[in-house]
Amino acid sequence: MSATKPAWEIGDELEEHTLPPVTRSQLSRYAKASGDHNPIHTADEAAEEAGLPGVIAHGMLTAATMGLLFSPYLEHGYVKELRARFSGMVYPGDELTVGGHATGVEEGTEGSLYAFDVYAKKGEDMVASGTVDFLVYEDK
Amino acid sequence: MPFGQFVGERSEAVPNVVEKGAVREFAEAIGDPNPLYVDEEAAKASRYGRLLAPPTFPCTFEYGEVEGVGLPGQGLIHGEHRIRYERPLFVGEEVLCYAEVKDYYEKEGREGALGFLISERVGENPEGERIFSMIDTAILTPVMRKNLEL
Repeated sequence: MSATKPAWEIGDELEEHTLPPVTRSQLSRYAKASGDHNPIHTADEAAEEAGLPGVIAHGMLTAATMGLLFSPYLEHGYVKELRARFSGMVYPGDELTVGGHATGVEEGTEGSLYAFDVYAKKGEDMVASGTVDFLVYEDK
Repeated sequence: MPFGQFVGERSEAVPNVVEKGAVREFAEAIGDPNPLYVDEEAAKASRYGRLLAPPTFPCTFEYGEVEGVGLPGQGLIHGEHRIRYERPLFVGEEVLCYAEVKDYYEKEGREGALGFLISERVGENPEGERIFSMIDTAILTPVMRKNLEL
């Protein structure tokens, strides 16, 4: 975790993270932890019946992965808003990279509300994009 | 527009508790075992004084079934998600959750019409103050629409 209170300038990049390849056991584990037991994430036959080539990762797992960018700053604030648009399928074996950059800041009564554009991609293919508002508390 | 008739329908609120074990399991499953999610001592020493839940954790709650629709979006492909917090969500607190169907529409795609189901899910504290709200867009592929006889 970051010891110092973060401050971003518009255009500042968040450090990109590349995650280990998605595995079927991870999808089963996430299904159990999240309670999302839609079989298109765990059984190929179900995915094929739904018109997919095989099991796909949960969109919310990809969203959580984008939220992970802000985990180091949790001591100083929290995710106020997360928006994610899922534009590509994520399959077992895919290696996701997440990143983003600051697009603005607003000062409010609670503290500084930073806005970010964020993304998740596999190689050059975007699988999700969105925005995050992260509130950094005013230190008293 | 078979889902259209359910727009505005809301489920009965369901009480949920943010369980410590469930948060730990979730944090590990998403690859983010932040001490503020899983380590009670670290959390106590923080400004929050207690454990937090990860931002996407509310997707694990029960929101109740909307009559005629069931769990909105279940079994469908997730197109978009938005969650907005009024304040952080803490481990141990009780959250009353409900779901509402906000919209349904169809768009022509390459392989037939795609359906879009928009739903909202809200979490409130027992005093009725909002903690978070989520808006989700679920997509029905032509195959799914056929299976559901839409």
